[in-house]
Amino acid sequence: MMPDLGKYADAVLSSYAVSIALIVALVVVSVMRARKVRAQLDEVEKRSRRNG
Amino acid sequence: MKALLLRDIRLAVRAGGGFGLGLAFFLIVVVLVPFGVGPDSELLAVIAPGILWLGALLSCLLSLDRIFALDWEDGSLDLLATAPLPMEGLVSLKAMAHWLTTGVPLVLASPLFALLLSLPVEGYLPLVISLALGTPALSVIGTFGAALTVGLKRGGLLLSLLVLPLYVPTLIFGAEVARRGAEGLDTGVPLAMLAGITFGAMALLPFASAAVLRVNLR
Amino acid sequence: MASLWEYANPKKFIQTTDRLLPWFSVLAALTLVIGLIWGFFFTPDDFRQGSTVKIIYLHVPSALMAINAWLMMLVASLIWIVRRHHVSALAARAAAPIGAVMTVIALATGAIWGEPMWGTWWAWDPRLTSFLILFLFYLGYIALWAAIENDDTAADLTSVLCLVGSVFALLSRYAVNFWNQGLHQGASLSLDKEKNVADVFYHPLLFCIAGFVLLFIALVFLRTQTEIRARRMRALLARERLG
Repeated sequence: MMPDLGKYADAVLSSYAVSIALIVALVVVSVMRARKVRAQLDEVEKRSRRNG
Repeated sequence: MKALLLRDIRLAVRAGGGFGLGLAFFLIVVVLVPFGVGPDSELLAVIAPGILWLGALLSCLLSLDRIFALDWEDGSLDLLATAPLPMEGLVSLKAMAHWLTTGVPLVLASPLFALLLSLPVEGYLPLVISLALGTPALSVIGTFGAALTVGLKRGGLLLSLLVLPLYVPTLIFGAEVARRGAEGLDTGVPLAMLAGITFGAMALLPFASAAVLRVNLR
Repeated sequence: MASLWEYANPKKFIQTTDRLLPWFSVLAALTLVIGLIWGFFFTPDDFRQGSTVKIIYLHVPSALMAINAWLMMLVASLIWIVRRHHVSALAARAAAPIGAVMTVIALATGAIWGEPMWGTWWAWDPRLTSFLILFLFYLGYIALWAAIENDDTAADLTSVLCLVGSVFALLSRYAVNFWNQGLHQGASLSLDKEKNVADVFYHPLLFCIAGFVLLFIALVFLRTQTEIRARRMRALLARERLG
């Protein structure tokens, strides 16, 4: 299954690892912040509606 | 306008204005370099143009936050903004005052510092010319950075982060002129590019600086 | 064309992107997975570069997106300056960290690729140097957004910085070219088909580029929504404090 990467296996695998890790980290951070801000805003809006 | 320019220069020269500070900083950089790379005068001669340009750039950076800070603190910047003088003129004047108080002394002192770094004789003239032509650009670009960060309490570090990337083209062409001069090569092309950047920045950047300053004074 | 500006309404923008976001996310994930798996498992080695040619599927798309993200920020900044739509300014803000990460990916994969090919992790090659400078511009832009409390002031200042920065980034690109001739090969992609990389590498590469573009769009949608909500929250909190 794994292709034969020859003597450059380290280079290829590490660049895939670094890139995918960075992309996943970016997506995770974005999604987490989106959720957090959404929840906070809901709370603040609820409060402001209650207070008039 | 002349009064404003004179006032700015007087403020800079007077106590705490940081007039001598830039020069002293330049001197320290030049003194520290041989400690870092060794006293070999041949090596120093090779890197001298670059070090001198970097030193000039950094000591210029040092005094940028003072361009608007004093006027901002005592509120005279608001007064100046409502004055009949257009904002573009104001920032150009500020940049000019900054150049006269930091750029010009640096240019005048650079042959002396070049001596310390054993720059070859034929390199002196190109070095002085490149600095004389390049430091106005440093002041104008720096004024833009200072206008961006004027309202911030701890803007100093941010100012460096914003301004230093903008200094890249000026540094490249300026140091290239000085380096080629020291090696006895033709300096025409980088000199023309340096002049282009300086005059382009002088012509266009005041509009950006003024726009930014207006936003900050809103 | 008046309809396009309707999306400048934050509520409308959130409604629309909420509907579009799942599609873009799924499509982005799909094309990325197809492109990367195709590229990684089912392409031959290059006769000169060996298996390192597989790095191209990450290096080229990320480098493209690093530049395009800045261009998008430039356009969004211009729209903010001219038409003063908040969504536009916030979209520019949302795109900056994505662009910065793309720049890092391009630099990192480039360094890893350069080591076996050129025998060095880093060289002061024009392209490499320009990317490093681009990264510095991203850092300054993000730092300026973070430093200013008032949203509108921050949007104005960063927009002007983006404009001025674009000019100087371009200048730097030419200055750096002048300063040092490079190791880096020319563009791998061009409209001139003759100069393109061979088809075996080209097709999966197109998938990867499409994947990166879709990923960028999905992330910009998501992050812009977040910025809109954060802005609204700050406004509500400020009103609470007053009232």
